[in-house]
Amino acid sequence: MKYMLLAHADDTPFQAMSPAEMEKAVGEYYAYTMALEQAGILLAAERLRPAEDAAVVRVGPDGTPRVLDGPFIETKEQLGGFWMIEAANQDEAVRWATRCPGSRHGTMEVRAVWERS
Amino acid sequence: MSRFAPWHDGSPRGLGTVLSADAVRAAADHAARTAYGKLVALLASRGFDLAACEDALADAFAAALATWPTDGVPRMPEAWLLISARRKLIDRARRDRTRMQASDELLRRADADIASPDEAPAIPDQRLALLFACAHPAIEPAARAPLMLQVVLGFDAARIASAFLVAPSTLSQRLVRAKRRLRDAKIAFELPSADQLAPRLDAVAQAIYAAYADGWLENDPDRRAIADEAVWLARVLAVSLPGEAEAQALLALILYADARRDARGVGGVYVPLSAQDTRLWNHALIDEAELLLRRALTSHRLGRFQLEAAIQSAHIARRSTGTVDWTALVQLYDALTLVTGSIVARVNGAVAVARAQDAAAGLVRLDALAADPALRDYQPYWAARAHLLGETGAVDAAREAYLRAIGLSSDPALIEFLRAQMP
Repeated sequence: MKYMLLAHADDTPFQAMSPAEMEKAVGEYYAYTMALEQAGILLAAERLRPAEDAAVVRVGPDGTPRVLDGPFIETKEQLGGFWMIEAANQDEAVRWATRCPGSRHGTMEVRAVWERS
Repeated sequence: MSRFAPWHDGSPRGLGTVLSADAVRAAADHAARTAYGKLVALLASRGFDLAACEDALADAFAAALATWPTDGVPRMPEAWLLISARRKLIDRARRDRTRMQASDELLRRADADIASPDEAPAIPDQRLALLFACAHPAIEPAARAPLMLQVVLGFDAARIASAFLVAPSTLSQRLVRAKRRLRDAKIAFELPSADQLAPRLDAVAQAIYAAYADGWLENDPDRRAIADEAVWLARVLAVSLPGEAEAQALLALILYADARRDARGVGGVYVPLSAQDTRLWNHALIDEAELLLRRALTSHRLGRFQLEAAIQSAHIARRSTGTVDWTALVQLYDALTLVTGSIVARVNGAVAVARAQDAAAGLVRLDALAADPALRDYQPYWAARAHLLGETGAVDAAREAYLRAIGLSSDPALIEFLRAQMP
């Protein structure tokens, strides 16, 4: 089964970090991603740029497209990155999510991917 | 569904709350700790459906919290709770009479129990039978420890799920399935026969140990509470089966680990066993564990838990001798590997070899395990490998293994420890 591990976190503490703290945090994400890769179950992983640069797009019922500044919802936690992994079941995916530094910096969401039939 | 469990809600029970509410809560708390599993066991042994017993007891505890503050705590709280729960079950059985063939028999048996809260004889303790039912071969292994925690101790599914790192909805489904299985397979709530006792006891002991080990790893208060209750279950098992060496050994094993609780993390810093300050160990608990282990070993029926406890005993011997007998530990880990085949025993055995001989010899053992797929996310393997590679001076390989061990850790104290070790 494919699972998407989504990291939601408040970006402000990251932006306030000293270079040394930043290096440490980035090192933990690197170590985690490497552990997934070497376990042979990593399908994709990316870090997203801050949501303040994001755009939100929506086509209204009248067919008019609208483009707005993100984030769409007023919330401190924003999607900061993701890992897509191959796991035997949800238990295994959840265990991997608890190891992710994202679970210490914010919240990890574990979502199963619809299997294509 | 989150079950009502008033004594595990984590609310403050210290000074400053209204006395009467506090006193009632304390009485309910006390009754709950000792009574919950007892009452579930008794009702279930009378043939009532397990899930229905739990619902009825939850209602009874809710009624207790509602009425005891005004009516006073009954003289026999357990009997009060039993009668209240039984009444609910009987009402339900009467309602379901058309669907339930056995209801007449159930009612007759239920009525054979005590009739009034004041003439109650001692409530027979069938918790042991309940423990065995929870670890029945028909129940999937992953559900056994959670089922015990819920049925015998009244923990709600959400807290158990969190401690076992499982999604709450998944755990709830697993528990519902397990209870349905107990009902449909008509599994009796009774002790296994003498020839079945040993293998069934192993499953019970493993489930209790799983509940303990899962709680011990973290400093989270919820997990700590589950670990504490697992200690208590191990005590129930050891006291109830004084002639069973493995039951004594399980309690010893858990006490050895519990005795080192305060020494494992000092000021948020992780301290490995070999570096722990022995003055921070709880020596009364260790003495008790040593006594239990010695008694277990006289049975001359060696089992997994006796080996595990003997390993702990060898590790803590340095509190008096100042040294650890690594050669003896290699033999113990090898014996444990033979009995369990577990990767944990193999990795620890390799580390013991490294101490008894040298790092290179330990690495040879670790290399021999490398093909095992269970290692891909087994943090202790990578931490051990990193450490031994560092000792042999293979800096690059050591750094890579340290990174992998860090990537597999969730505990910040452990991550900090590994980072500091990295060459």
